[in-house]
Amino acid sequence: MSDDSDTPDSRRERLRAWLSQARFVAEEFYSARYRGAIARARRDEDDLFMLLVFSEMMGVPNPAAYYTLELQPLLLERFHDWHRRMGMERSPLDHFRCC
Amino acid sequence: MSAIVLLVLGLAGMAAGYFLYSRFIATRIYRLDPDFQTPAHEYEDGVDFVPTNRYVLWGHHFTSVAGAAPIVGPAIAVIWGWLPAFLWVVLGTVFFAGVHDSGAIWASVRNKAKSVGALTGDVVGARARSIFMIVIFLVLLMVNAVFAVVIAGLMMNFSSAVVPVWGAILVALIIGQLIYRRILSLPVVSILGVIALYALILVGPSVPIQMPAEVAGFSGNAVWILILFGYAAIASMLPVWVLLQPRDYINGLQLFIGLIVLYGAVLLLNPTVVAPMVNGELPAGTPSMLPLLFVTIACGAISGFHGLVSSGTTSKQLNKETDARFVGYFGAVGEGMLALAAILAATAGFATFADWQAVYTAFGAGGVNAFVEGGAFIIHNGLGLPEATAATLLTVMAALFAGTTMDTGLRLQRYIFQEWGEIYQLKWMNRNVPATLLAVGSCLLLAFGAGGASGTGGMIIWPLFGTTNQLLAGLTLLVVTVMLVRLRRPMWYTLAPLCFLLVMTIAALLIQLRTFFNEGNYFLLLVDIVVLIAAILVAMECASALKRSRAEVARQE
Repeated sequence: MSDDSDTPDSRRERLRAWLSQARFVAEEFYSARYRGAIARARRDEDDLFMLLVFSEMMGVPNPAAYYTLELQPLLLERFHDWHRRMGMERSPLDHFRCC
Repeated sequence: MSAIVLLVLGLAGMAAGYFLYSRFIATRIYRLDPDFQTPAHEYEDGVDFVPTNRYVLWGHHFTSVAGAAPIVGPAIAVIWGWLPAFLWVVLGTVFFAGVHDSGAIWASVRNKAKSVGALTGDVVGARARSIFMIVIFLVLLMVNAVFAVVIAGLMMNFSSAVVPVWGAILVALIIGQLIYRRILSLPVVSILGVIALYALILVGPSVPIQMPAEVAGFSGNAVWILILFGYAAIASMLPVWVLLQPRDYINGLQLFIGLIVLYGAVLLLNPTVVAPMVNGELPAGTPSMLPLLFVTIACGAISGFHGLVSSGTTSKQLNKETDARFVGYFGAVGEGMLALAAILAATAGFATFADWQAVYTAFGAGGVNAFVEGGAFIIHNGLGLPEATAATLLTVMAALFAGTTMDTGLRLQRYIFQEWGEIYQLKWMNRNVPATLLAVGSCLLLAFGAGGASGTGGMIIWPLFGTTNQLLAGLTLLVVTVMLVRLRRPMWYTLAPLCFLLVMTIAALLIQLRTFFNEGNYFLLLVDIVVLIAAILVAMECASALKRSRAEVARQE
């Protein structure tokens, strides 16, 4: 007697489901404990960025200027990606050359 | 005595504890409710509060609480014979640790996932909270100093493990980048990482690295301790995803593989336990088993450190309240299994009783080396793995555990200094580098202040670590008991372990006080007095908090 659950297709399907479950568990095991710490670090960076952007927009002397220095390596990479995406081979700013 | 019998009895005891006793505790005492909205759902923010699959959470909880201590403690305590250590590990796991760990999760979940420190302040009082801060600082200080000595000892005694232990850091750094930059998927990286780690273990014995006996006036051991603190200071300042996260992950995988290998080898080989049931020929200077047994084996039976993890991170991620039984109680059972493996390795891993006696020549002489040597003997004879490779495997397992605990411990100590900097408005102390230097400095002071030029101060204070850690467990049990009294539920299931722990801890501290005084060891005498005062204050807080709560309940009735 043939059973639906035993066809090669359904077996493959079950195996795939099992593998995706295993992958989910492994990924969670990797990230769950540090999710908070990494999310906090990212949030701190975003907060600083927000302060920078807003003060520039409103013409307020930027209190974060000093701290943005430590963001420079990160910004440099992003800035480079940005000008490439915008179709510019080289940095368009004379005083900010990234490549 | 066959090791399989011991293994089966131990596992059966813990299984019965999980299936029967924990069910009773969860349903009748804590009354875990599947419909209760846990803080993970109530405050879900994707940062700290995230409902997590219970198997994943168990994995985290277990690997966070399992450090080198469940290996070191039992491997030292078998000097009194295998029976006392075995009984304390099994009964301690079932009646103490499981109740304590799941209770800490329950108490925290019912109080907005607050940490046990904050809970102590809320439930018991501000004084108890101050004691808590002192005790936690001392525990961290001791953990860092002790684990540096343990790893340095392993590096000196098993030179074949130097390459894999330091290579594992490189593997973690690389897999961290591979995962973070999404170059490869996690399952592929995991398989490659484990293969790389085991390749290093295979290579290790052919490239042993031996530290010279003396470098610039320091012994080889002391040089390793200095290197380890330097490493831990740097590691604790790196972003967590760079090293700590991938390292913990690969470590977790290694733990599961290591346990399976060791238990599998015991089942295949069925070695004989050569150590005596109760050792009648104790080496000179060995302290009395009662009460020292109960503080020498802390992790693996009951440990206050678990309460910090349970209420610190686990409770914020609990999906359903009923999961507290699986995550907390079964997490304790996982650690009990690790301690059982350590007992088996340190008692059945020797060919004859004389061999065993040659290792256990003094109190503290066995320890992690006995675990490595004994375990390697069992794996070699059971699975046919070369003895040097098996020893390297177990050394790497123990050293990696101690190493990740050191990273985290130093990081936590830095936070404490930064917090003090904030409280007392010392801006310089708020910064990462000075706070880390203060944390490392205090550990070095302990390592070299108490231990002299050898830097082994950590090991001398090992029994003090046990007592301090048990005090922490006592504070957590106190919080849970007071909560139970206020809810008018039976309190004996947490009060009895609490009383037992306090009596044993205070007795152990008094015995050690006399020893340190007789030896003229004034540094340890001072630490002992601080811990003793904390213990007495905890006992008094217990009495007054319980009296207050009972009076309150009586008034309401």
